[in-house]
Amino acid sequence: MSLTAGVVAVQGDVSEHAAAIERAARAHGEEPDVREIRTAGIVPECDVLLMPGGESTAISRLLDREGIAPEIVAHVEAGKPMLATCAGLIVASTDPQDDRVDELGVLDVTVERNAFGRQKDSFEAPLDVTGLDEPFPAVFIRAPVVSDVGPDVEVLATWEEYPVAVRQGPVVGTSFHPELTGDSRIHDLAFFEATPQTA
Amino acid sequence: MAETTDLADLQRGTELVKRGFAKMQKGGVIMDVVDPQQAKIAEDVGAVAVMALEAVPADIRKRGGVARMADPADVAEIIDSVSIPVMGKSRIGHTKEAQILEAIGVDMVDESEVLTPADDRYHIDKRDFTAPFVCGARNLGEALRRIDEGAAMIRTKGEAGTGDVNQAVHHQRNIKSAIRKLEGMTHEERESWARENDAPADLVHDTAERGRLPVVNFAAGGIATPADAALMMHHGCDGIFVGSGMRGTPPRLRRSAGTASTAITATAPTSSAILAW
Repeated sequence: MSLTAGVVAVQGDVSEHAAAIERAARAHGEEPDVREIRTAGIVPECDVLLMPGGESTAISRLLDREGIAPEIVAHVEAGKPMLATCAGLIVASTDPQDDRVDELGVLDVTVERNAFGRQKDSFEAPLDVTGLDEPFPAVFIRAPVVSDVGPDVEVLATWEEYPVAVRQGPVVGTSFHPELTGDSRIHDLAFFEATPQTA
Repeated sequence: MAETTDLADLQRGTELVKRGFAKMQKGGVIMDVVDPQQAKIAEDVGAVAVMALEAVPADIRKRGGVARMADPADVAEIIDSVSIPVMGKSRIGHTKEAQILEAIGVDMVDESEVLTPADDRYHIDKRDFTAPFVCGARNLGEALRRIDEGAAMIRTKGEAGTGDVNQAVHHQRNIKSAIRKLEGMTHEERESWARENDAPADLVHDTAERGRLPVVNFAAGGIATPADAALMMHHGCDGIFVGSGMRGTPPRLRRSAGTASTAITATAPTSSAILAW
């Protein structure tokens, strides 16, 4: 089977996301066809989408300017899967609490940016995630947290009581960066129903 | 649902966290600013981070004398004015300036040749820091020595403050062509290359296997126009530092952001760089 995966590529850790979805797809016997999305017209061809980490202001503005934003909304409304990490989570949310971010509003959460502080407060730690048997190596980089969730949002993981991984329908959002580790289990949760038992 | 994760397992300042920060800047433009007003404009126009300085490199060159770290109070003011990351420059080998910048809360320290070197022999041991570092390089051996010292990002040195992109192109071509040569070499040839170029052998092998630097590689030094930025991306840079090469006052730049940029967006693999002009 072939899986067309679109990585939103206007800014951020795009190549890491591309490598991570290729790895995850192959592990599930799917032949990945990874597209980098910088212009309108590519999203409709994609089975799944990935929204990278980066700077949420720059990403949201470029999505808007290039006409990609409405295509992403349509992708999610059609029930197709999407994984959004860090800045991606901020842009995907319904409330980024920042006027400079043009949110997509596909994930019914309120997000608090830079919730842990500056880069010197960034960290990695093992994180318990619902549906995973072993903790996930979570990397938080100037990370946001979810401060409020809508009624249809399932919280998959928390850090110091704040949700840091959430799911609503076809969308999974994380405060941390699963694409920076070699561990594909968050991608499995987001895109493939059968979750492997180990990393 | 999950039990409480053990906070004792939390680690800050690891290589993964430091290099990860640099990766989040990819495809973006990082702008030199000297005060909170400029920092806010940079944030508004789409810069992914700002470099907090006392003076832009063109003015530093004109002024002459000793160029040092900016006044910590001024850097702190810039940090408080924006939500995007703020970087600061320390002199080469000046461990204390770097520690001060880290303590103020800069998100990345640039150990920069634009300032007057404090140590003519040694760079800062960057592995001791929680904050990630960016360092300049003119060739691959130099880049790998900086990475060995703990740099999480490499940038071309270029010729800061001139508005002339030639040296940045030269440095980027040096790095890329050396990597291409390494890729075609046998193990012992790479070992020999490492000795000849004063580069750590493990990093030489790592780079050859990846076919690129093991950290993010930005362009800096003389990038003056959106087309210059696009040229550096064409040469394989991951993103752009822009300083005084970007001419005129920030409000004027904001006005020019539209027209020239649209055409370039199509050719450059970074459109955020273009947004910022």
